[in-house]
Amino acid sequence: MEKAILQLETLSCPSCMQRIEGAVKSVSGVDKDSIKVLFNSSKVKTNFDSAVTSIEEIQKAIENVGYPVLKAKVKAA
Amino acid sequence: MQQYILSKKNVITVISGLLIALGFFSHFVLENVGLSEWSLIIASVFGIMPIAIQAFQAMKVKVISIDVLVSIAAIGALFIQNYEESAIVTFLFLFGHYLEQRTLNQTRSAIKELTEMAPESALKQMDNGEFEEVEVDDVDEGDILLVKTGAKVPVDGTVLTGEGHINEASITGEAVPVNKLADAEVFAGTILENGTIQIRADRVGEDTTFGKIVELVEEAQDSKSEAERFIDRFSKYYTPAVLVLAIVVWAFSQNIELAITILVLGCPGALVIGVPVSNVAGIGNGARNGVLLKGSEVIQDFSNVDTIVFDKTGTLTVGNPTVAATELYEKGSAETLGYLASVERESDHPLAKAVLNQIGETNFYPVEETEVVKGGGIVSSVAGHRVAVGNVALMEKENVTLSKKVQKDVKRLEQQGNSLVLTAVDGELKVLMGIRDQVRPGVKDNLQELKDLGVKNLVVLSGDNQGTVDVVAGELGLTEAHGHMLPEDKSAYIGKLQQRGQIVAFVGDGVNDSPSLALADIGIAMGSGTDVAIETSDVVLMNSNFSNLPHALGIVKATANNMKQNIAIAIGVVLVLLTSVFFSEWMNMSIGMLVHEGSILVVIFNAMRLMKYKLKGRKE
Repeated sequence: MEKAILQLETLSCPSCMQRIEGAVKSVSGVDKDSIKVLFNSSKVKTNFDSAVTSIEEIQKAIENVGYPVLKAKVKAA
Repeated sequence: MQQYILSKKNVITVISGLLIALGFFSHFVLENVGLSEWSLIIASVFGIMPIAIQAFQAMKVKVISIDVLVSIAAIGALFIQNYEESAIVTFLFLFGHYLEQRTLNQTRSAIKELTEMAPESALKQMDNGEFEEVEVDDVDEGDILLVKTGAKVPVDGTVLTGEGHINEASITGEAVPVNKLADAEVFAGTILENGTIQIRADRVGEDTTFGKIVELVEEAQDSKSEAERFIDRFSKYYTPAVLVLAIVVWAFSQNIELAITILVLGCPGALVIGVPVSNVAGIGNGARNGVLLKGSEVIQDFSNVDTIVFDKTGTLTVGNPTVAATELYEKGSAETLGYLASVERESDHPLAKAVLNQIGETNFYPVEETEVVKGGGIVSSVAGHRVAVGNVALMEKENVTLSKKVQKDVKRLEQQGNSLVLTAVDGELKVLMGIRDQVRPGVKDNLQELKDLGVKNLVVLSGDNQGTVDVVAGELGLTEAHGHMLPEDKSAYIGKLQQRGQIVAFVGDGVNDSPSLALADIGIAMGSGTDVAIETSDVVLMNSNFSNLPHALGIVKATANNMKQNIAIAIGVVLVLLTSVFFSEWMNMSIGMLVHEGSILVVIFNAMRLMKYKLKGRKE
């Protein structure tokens, strides 16, 4: 398991969070319980299995629902 | 294409606003209905585009968002040729969104200030020995970095060479620069005010103390209390429920206008944003004032605290004991004082320092065979004499007889709150000193502020003797004071208070009080932003400034109230809107949207008051 930290453009509606969470959840290999969308700091944190998916996949999923990712970082969980 | 439209949302809002103005102008002034209708239709199409895209994206991940409600309502209004409504509703929705974003950024400014203090670059030693500027993310543990005057220390590390003064205010809250020599620890985010140092990186990025503080504040701002999670769950079902309600109304009444009005009026706007926005503003205010609050659950619990327990007298006192009374039991005691000073010179006990300061210049003698008696004092051989320095228990152990007069003095000094240091030479008592700590200036006022904020019980639990504790308690007006307490006694006592139904906050230094910090309803670590303190406590007071404590309690109370106000505003607005749609003539989509967006701004502005919060009666 690795931990992904993605910095998004400033989030401004709380309903965005549901949308982003839904998008990240739909990526297979992501630990669904670990997804955290930080509204105020506009960050997404989640654990994922690097054998199944990659940070690029997660980033793509978020951008597909309309939220540009500014910075993506992977850390050992 | 979708991204492009979304990125131009603000432009679209302006265009749609102008078209609406043109529409009304041509309708009422030019009386050209055709032009008016066309500008409103174009305004509607422009306005619906970004909203519909967002709605579509939400549906793709199985979320019924507000955008879905508004899109259906606007398209429905177009369908029944109510162009005015569709144009105004979409415009207000977009414009409200813009204002929301602007004001929200304000409530987040405190955390932004904090993250902007994070270092961005570092001078790293490359393989050829030269230093090159790199991004701070490219620094690994073990790298050698150069820090020049005026620069930020990029990572937590150890000084290898060089010397300088570092301002560590961002970590400790202490503004006086600290001198750092080789082997000293330095922290990311602190500023080298003068000198040049080379450091080895020990911890980088989010593992640094500063990184942890930032992470803590960030997560705290987004952490959710039980009430918020309830609202989240509620709105998850609420939004689709509004959609269902509108469909049902339409099916029965065949009145599209009424159905789409319900869609707009039912939007849960202010309800979803009301609580988080108070939360972020309150926590932001804290962060700016050196108070780290770990989330909104902490805010709720802390605001209900009725008992505050202090871990030791040192929290309330200066922590710098001085000799308050000296009793000499023989004449020509200069020699004895010399013995005493010589023995105390060997010790780093705080009381020993006080004794040395009191005696001042004297003749020192060589000290041999020093034996430290745990919980008693020191026994040494000085110039051929057996010298015992310590408390009454040590004297008893050494078989030193205490005369009636001495016993009376001991009792008197203890009652005055002194710690006692007795000195016996060759089994005969020579000197008795009473040592006392001064109450911190301003603490009394701060405690009064806590009482004014509704704290009923102020308790001190201390390892000192009961006399010392009682004096401090009496002087400060504490409600309870208990001495002779070991760390495990303290946590047991907190448990007892909780059984009595009191909600207890524990103020400790975060180093050896972990059990008490964890057990108390609210653990408050005071003194510094050390790792342990950050991890084990609910609230961290960044510096040892006692006046931060009343501010912390004040801001959590204000924040908790603010949240309740916002929930009341949000629920009130929805109720009024939904009832008026059925029972009044004047309600329509546009007014509904206006009131909605208005209520969102009201809750944001209400929360913004927290950013300027200051304790009543305090000056800048």
